[in-house]
Amino acid sequence: MAEFLMPQLGADMSVGKLLGWRKKVGDRVQRGDIIADVETDKADIEVEVFATGTIEKILVQPGEKVPVGTALAIISEEGPSPGAGPVPPSPSPEHAAPTIPSPAPLIPTAPAPPAGGPRVHISPVARKLAADLGINPARLSGTGPGGRITLEDVQHAAQARTAEAAPEEKIDRAARMRQAIATAMARSKREIPHYYLSTEIDMSRSLDWLTGENLKRSVEDRLVYGVLLLKAVALALRKVPELNALWIEGKATPRPDVHLGVAISLRDGGLVAPALHHADRRSLDELMRDFRDVVQRARAGSLRSSELSDPTITVTSLGEQGVETVFGVIYPPQVALVGFGKIAERPWSSEGQIVSRPVITATLSADHRVSDGHRGGLFLVAVNQLLQKPEEL
Amino acid sequence: MTKEQIRETVFRVLGQIAPEANLNHLKPDRSIRDQMDLDSMDLLNFVVGLHKELQVEIPESDYPKLSTLNGCFDYLASRKNAA
Repeated sequence: MAEFLMPQLGADMSVGKLLGWRKKVGDRVQRGDIIADVETDKADIEVEVFATGTIEKILVQPGEKVPVGTALAIISEEGPSPGAGPVPPSPSPEHAAPTIPSPAPLIPTAPAPPAGGPRVHISPVARKLAADLGINPARLSGTGPGGRITLEDVQHAAQARTAEAAPEEKIDRAARMRQAIATAMARSKREIPHYYLSTEIDMSRSLDWLTGENLKRSVEDRLVYGVLLLKAVALALRKVPELNALWIEGKATPRPDVHLGVAISLRDGGLVAPALHHADRRSLDELMRDFRDVVQRARAGSLRSSELSDPTITVTSLGEQGVETVFGVIYPPQVALVGFGKIAERPWSSEGQIVSRPVITATLSADHRVSDGHRGGLFLVAVNQLLQKPEEL
Repeated sequence: MTKEQIRETVFRVLGQIAPEANLNHLKPDRSIRDQMDLDSMDLLNFVVGLHKELQVEIPESDYPKLSTLNGCFDYLASRKNAA
């Protein structure tokens, strides 16, 4: 028996609205199937299931908005019936749970009545209703005898909340996305002691190789230099694996797989950073296909849940806008972010000569709880070395 | 292929890349990229789209000729009608 939960699609998500089910009670589902659509502040997401079995019960109906972690459906996981084919591979540990455990709720939901603290005068039936509705009785002013909070007070509070929530629906997605980003970034700056490193990388070898390579390729198969940067980052993480980790419940948990989050700005404002899965093991061609696909889907608003919940580190490239250096803010619970500026022709010293070279500035923002500048430096050096041998990427 | 057909194709492909953009506001002699806030992935998809629709090979070294609408019309007309 497994619960299919409202997933946490990034650190900035606290609630999600179920838009619809793609399956019904009694349907068989396979791990990885898209079975529901969920609206977050950032985008509409296709949600994959992490269990294989039969949908036994649907608990949340389309249109309902529920907190992350709420059970949406119950899936019975009895093994496949005899002769139904090979047993599906058991889920890998990193996929066993659809949510990345978050150390603390991002947007505090109304807290349960405090265990200690001043005693709230409230009738038992009102207390139960308040708990059910997630209303904090301590914030209510009672109208009962001696200021006691009555059932009616709780009902009024619930109505007021619904009335407040209604206009919120009308705030456009751009504003909600701004709020979601604000929450995640404020948490990052509050909790993560960032350190920053930067290095300049001569891109002439990479760009020359790319020009030659693209000359041989038809339009559809051409590569962009950004893919070389992504692959170099993914491979360099093997040398400094502690940067590829998540900070969960007060400690760093190294991740076995490299799922690169790529920051994609959306034209109507805001950004998303979906994962390119197993980026270190993909060829440049595969990575290019994945990258193009995810950019297109991000802008069309059809990302999948695993893409938003899986990133283990983020890469942002702001060179397109012409800036030289990115001082990035880490996206919790990740512990590092790699930034690239634009490629610019610069004077460069090579073998005693000053020559002109295309140069890019790579930066690392990293969590000092998890790594130190020495290791961070080794990482940037490794990125540089990898970009000097593009044919091996 | 007429200039009008090429024009329609260019607008159709741009529309697929940035459905929210108002293409009628584009100034024909200014950078498409700047006016529509396109990135390199969008530009690649633009070239791929033109290639698919018009069956012209566009080498990477010719990308700068596609930077404005007028540039696109001229370049594609010469490629298409030379072929």
